[in-house]
This record gives sequence, structure tokens and C-alpha cells, in this order.
Amino acid sequence: MKISKKLSSLAIASAFLAAAAAGSAQARDLTVVNFGGANGDAQEVAFIKPLEKESGKKIIVVAYNGEQAKVKAMVDTHDVVWDAVEVETGDLGRGCDEGLYEKLNWDHIGKKSDFIPAAVRECGIGAFVWSTVLAYNGKTLKTAPTSWADFWNVKKFPGKRGMRKGARYNLEFALMADGVAPQDVYKVLGTHEGVERAFKKLTELKPYIQWWEAGAQPPQMLAAGDVVMSTAYNGRISAANKGDHLSLKTVWNQNIYDLDYWVIPAGSPNKALAEKFIQFATSPGPQAAYSQQIAYGPINKAAIKKLDAKTLADLPNSPQNGKNALLSSYDFWADHGEELEQRFTAWSTQ
Amino acid sequence: MTTTLCESDTRAIRLAMRRADRRRKLRAFLLVAPLVLFLLVIFVIPIGALLERAIDNPEVIQSLPRTLAALKSWDRTSTPPPAAFDALAGDLGKVHNTANAGTLARRLNYEIPGYRSLLFKTMRQLGTADATQSAQDRFLGIDKRWAEPDFWRAIADNGSHYSSYYLLASMDLKRDARGDIVHVPAGSSAFRDIYGRTFLISLVVTLLTLVLGYPLAYWISRLPRRKANLVMICVLIPFWTSILVRIAAWIVLLQREGLVNKALMQLGLVRTPLDLLFNRTGVYIAMTHILLPFMLLPIYSVMQSVPNTYQRAAISLGSHPFAAFWRVYVPQTYPGVGAGTLLVFIMAIGYYITPALLGGAGDQMISYYVAYFTNQTINWGMASALGFILLLGTLLLYSLYRRLSGRELGLG
Repeated sequence: MKISKKLSSLAIASAFLAAAAAGSAQARDLTVVNFGGANGDAQEVAFIKPLEKESGKKIIVVAYNGEQAKVKAMVDTHDVVWDAVEVETGDLGRGCDEGLYEKLNWDHIGKKSDFIPAAVRECGIGAFVWSTVLAYNGKTLKTAPTSWADFWNVKKFPGKRGMRKGARYNLEFALMADGVAPQDVYKVLGTHEGVERAFKKLTELKPYIQWWEAGAQPPQMLAAGDVVMSTAYNGRISAANKGDHLSLKTVWNQNIYDLDYWVIPAGSPNKALAEKFIQFATSPGPQAAYSQQIAYGPINKAAIKKLDAKTLADLPNSPQNGKNALLSSYDFWADHGEELEQRFTAWSTQ
Repeated sequence: MTTTLCESDTRAIRLAMRRADRRRKLRAFLLVAPLVLFLLVIFVIPIGALLERAIDNPEVIQSLPRTLAALKSWDRTSTPPPAAFDALAGDLGKVHNTANAGTLARRLNYEIPGYRSLLFKTMRQLGTADATQSAQDRFLGIDKRWAEPDFWRAIADNGSHYSSYYLLASMDLKRDARGDIVHVPAGSSAFRDIYGRTFLISLVVTLLTLVLGYPLAYWISRLPRRKANLVMICVLIPFWTSILVRIAAWIVLLQREGLVNKALMQLGLVRTPLDLLFNRTGVYIAMTHILLPFMLLPIYSVMQSVPNTYQRAAISLGSHPFAAFWRVYVPQTYPGVGAGTLLVFIMAIGYYITPALLGGAGDQMISYYVAYFTNQTINWGMASALGFILLLGTLLLYSLYRRLSGRELGLG
């Protein structure tokens, strides 16, 4: 009798557990995945908290490093636990071609003409605009550099330079330093001679280069005086100026700008909620709020008009800063990325 | 009568014994069954899958079966026959807008950079091209590159389910137009250098841990029990600390304004701070520190079982103390040295996070590139091939070790 009672309570408990597990699998909260850090904090204030308040539903935020291997594993095993994911341009195109992401239904997102042209893609919509710029420490450099040619000029500006470890952007910067106009960079880089020219120019600077990998490194390296100039993500520079009261300066001339995108992994059970989130995060109000938190530009045209001159001065796609800029070419890097990164690896270890 | 009884008895006994024997074997098997299952699930199957990935080549044969058939009789040096264009138009029409389009384009782009965008451009424009034209004219109207045999060879060469492409590429080799194995152009790939570097770093770290670990183990084994325990704890506490914490600690110590440089400058040993971080020095220092216990512990456990009476006997027979140590004591610790060396070397070969955080561009080991291809470019074929070659190298070195030392791996 005792035993059977125990058994039956065990059975009830396990049935309850199973039901709870099944229930949680069905009604999982919306999961938003971003790159964390200062960007994640800004999204928390501008997107997550206001939408939670508006809809009354909890949103789970996960930070990752952009590894699409995780998304691929989820989609392949039909166990998708991420719903709205921030991805970089290269991953967007490749993942879209390979069926990793849902094709967007624009009726649920918004009018295409409300957004800047580069933000509208088959599987994704821009999350924000960011840029790789030339940054220097205003305290250590008396004369201000103005272009990539100055970055390469070690006579006029002696000292080390920080550059991101990888072929992407560095080859473009090298060509611009060699006198190629921003609009011609990918045309030149598409030829064999252009690649040789870019690597030759990089070799010139090689003894002076200190490589960095994480976006947080350039402000630190500049502040510590390890390097006199560095390539850097523009948002990190203004965040460091605000947070640590540094006087780092940004050269907007010849910057390379790019977008991060929102995608929905194929087969997400929360597709409707994810669409709602993306619609919210790309609407004018939250977009403007986001750009006030961190110096990344809005992709919604109406949001750009909402911002004051002081905020705009730090944004990559303000009319002033975007004048002589280059949009990173997705197609070029999709075709030549592996080849050039491999060559860069071989070059950098020599 | 008695003989028949005996015979039936022996038969019964033999039967019973065989049954008992079988039962014992079954029980023994059941005892090791969890281990076998564990090894199968955790080791054999993943490694088998890894090997398969390294040679798996399904993309072209899956997406372009008719094109492959049409290219069977092609001479490989001229523009292919119109039938091949027709077949490709049909195949691409089916693949367009499916997930296979991306994997196909990616695979062909490995062969010729630029193939990806050519393929997508062609798929997009084929639908809207003038249907009265022949397929060949439509293709050439979209892009002149379709007249070049190179782009067709990339398809024809991948007509089998398995390919040596990834394994060759991870040794800086490729097949040329005629199918011969040749080197990739100088400067475009450096995996051989990276393998060489991986083995060199592991070797140096192994030697450093041996040089540091052997005297330390000897000293601890000579200490009275209480003191030995205390020193052992000093060795083990860092060993139990998270590897990331220890690496972060080394960054703090070794940076330009760090404790080590400040101490050296205040002692007047150096004028300008030494570069100890983001280069090979930092990698050697941290890896030696992290792997030292793996050298120390096997040697120490062997040393504990070596009685020091032999050494004393040798000295009392007239041997020089150092000769007694070197010729009598050290050979008895070889099993520990062998085990420690092998353990440290094989662990060092797979190191990833330490060189990634403390090394520069020229100090990354092969695991860094395995992670790069796995996470960043999602080229899992390449990641598997690199891992496979590393496994092969490790097994070769292990068999070499066994031949040289003439013994199995054991912890003393």
C-alpha cells in the first residue's frame, strides 16, 4: 500500500514534469540574440525594455560572437531556440543563400522605402549602421591625420599603428592609402594586380602594425599609448570617450561603413513574435533612442531626422560623415573572402 | 557401465564449465559495456564523422546531376557542347531559390573565387532571358566566363561523392587542370608552416616543462611527507584554477607596464620594457606554466616508488654522486618521464586559447584555424581536414615514441 502510494505520487510528479517540459517547449519566450557589450546595453534600453513594457511579454536576450555555426546547428537539427538574431553582412548573404534564415515578409516589417537602401535585403533588415574609422589619441598626436595616406606615413607620424587582424577592411584601407578613390576600391581589388598592390602597400606598414581582434582593444591601445593611430569601430571610440573621459579623435574621411542585420532563423517557432520585435526595433522612435545610446546610425530615414546635430556628429551615416565613405561590399567578400583571408594569414605569419 | 557413466559425467562437467565460462565472459563484457559504449559515442563515432566530413563532397553531384552526365564525354579543354549548357540550365532552374543553391555556390567558389556571384547572377537572369535563344547563347549573354573551360572543369571534377580537395588544401596542395597534385602558389596558403609551428611550440613547451619539472619532482620526492604535501598543494592549486584566470593573470604580469617589466626595470636589468606579450615568449611562458603539473605528477609518482638505496649502494661502491644519480637513479624514472613528455606534448598540440590570447599573428597553432573554419566561415570540410591531419600527425609521433622507447604508455 505504502509502496503503491509512493509509486503513484512519483508517476504524477513525472507526468507533471513532462507536461511542464512540453509546455515550456511550446510557449518559449521570444529570444533575441545580439553581440552584447555596449551595443547590447544600448539595445536593452532602446528595444528590449520598451517592447517588454508595451507587450507585457518577457524577452530573453542572449549575447554571442556572431558564430553562424550555432544557427546552422539549430536549423539542421530543427531545434531552433533563437528567434531574432543580429548578424553581420557577410553572414546575412551566405546564410540567406543556404536557407539558414526565413525570407522576410515585408508586410509584417514595414515599408521598404522607409529605410536606407542598404538596409533592405531578402532575409534581413538593417539593425544599425556602423563604421570602421581611423582613430587617434588627441593628446599624443599634435597634428591631426586626415586620411589613410597619413596612416601609412610613418615619417610624419612615427609610432605603431593598430589594425584588425584579417584581410577585410585592411586591403581597402591600403588601396585608399595608395591613392585609389573610395568608389573605385572594389573595382581595383577585383583584379589580380589590385590584390598584389594592396598586399604590397600593407607590407610597407607591416613592421609598424600591432594587430587587434576585439573591438574593445583599439581604445585601450590608444589610451595606453601602445599605438599612435588605429583602425577602430566608431561606436567603441565615442563610448570610450564618454565612459573613460578620453580624448580620442575620429577621422571620418574614407571610412568604411557597414550594417548589422536582424534575421529570423529558419523554422523559428516564434516567427510572429520575432517579426513584431524586428518591426519595433526598426521603427523611428526606438531607432533614434538607440543612436542616442551608442554612436551607431539609424537605418530608418525618419529616425535620422529626429536626431540633434550633436548626436549626428558621431554617427557614420550623418550627411557630413558619410561624404567620402565606402560601403563594404558584401558580394566582393563573399566571392573572395576565403581566398584573401587565407592569403592574409600566410602573409601575416611571414 | 562405469566407463559410460564417466563419459557422460565428463560431458556434463565440460558442458557446465563451458556454460560457467560463457557466463563469466558475459559478465566481464557487461562490466566493460558502459566503457565500450562511452568510447563509441564519445570517441569513435565523432572521429568517424570527422573523417567523413573531411572527404565528403555532396554539393555538385546533388545539385547538378544532368550537367555531370552531359560533361562525361567532354574533352576538358574547349567550351563544352551545347547539351551541357542545356543540362546546366535545367539543373540551375531546379536549384534556384532552394537551400542547395547556396551550398553549391559556396563549394564551387572554393575552386574558383568569384564562382559564387557568377552562379547567382546566372540563376537570377536565366529566368528572364530570351527563351527563344539556345541555352548556350543565354549563358554567354549573361557572362562571357561561361565560355572558359575552367568554370566547367570545376563542375566536372566534383562529380563524385568523395573528394581529396580539403585534405590536399590543408597541406597547401591542390589538383591542377590535368588532375596532378601540385603546390598552391607561394604566399597564398600557409598550413604547412602552421603545422610546423604547432609541433615546434609543443616540443619547446615539453622540453621546458621537463627541465623545470624533473628537478622539482626530485626535490619533492626527497622532502619529508608533511613538507612534500605542502609543496604539492602549491603545485596543485594553480592546476585547479580555471585556465582563463591563469591566462588573464599572465596578461597582467607580462604587459609592458606589468609587474615583471617594472621589477626588471627597477632592478636595473633592462632599460626599456621587454615585449613579453602577444609574441612567442608569452605563449611559451603561459603554456609551460599551465602544462607543468602534467609533467610533474607522473614523474613524481614514479620517483616515489624508486628506493634511494640503489643510489647509496652505487656511491658506496665508489661512484661519483652525479654519476650515481645519472646512471642509476635517472634510468629508473624513465617511465615517468616518458609518460609526462607524451602527455604534455599531445596536450600542447591541441592548444587553442592560450596562443589566441597571449600570442601574435605568427604564434597561432592549428586549432585556431580549425575554430576559424568551424565558426567564422562555416567551412566544416576544411576544419575536419585540418583536424584529421593533426590527428594523423599525433598518431605517427606516438608510434614513433613507442618504437624509440619500446614501451606502452603508462603512468609509471
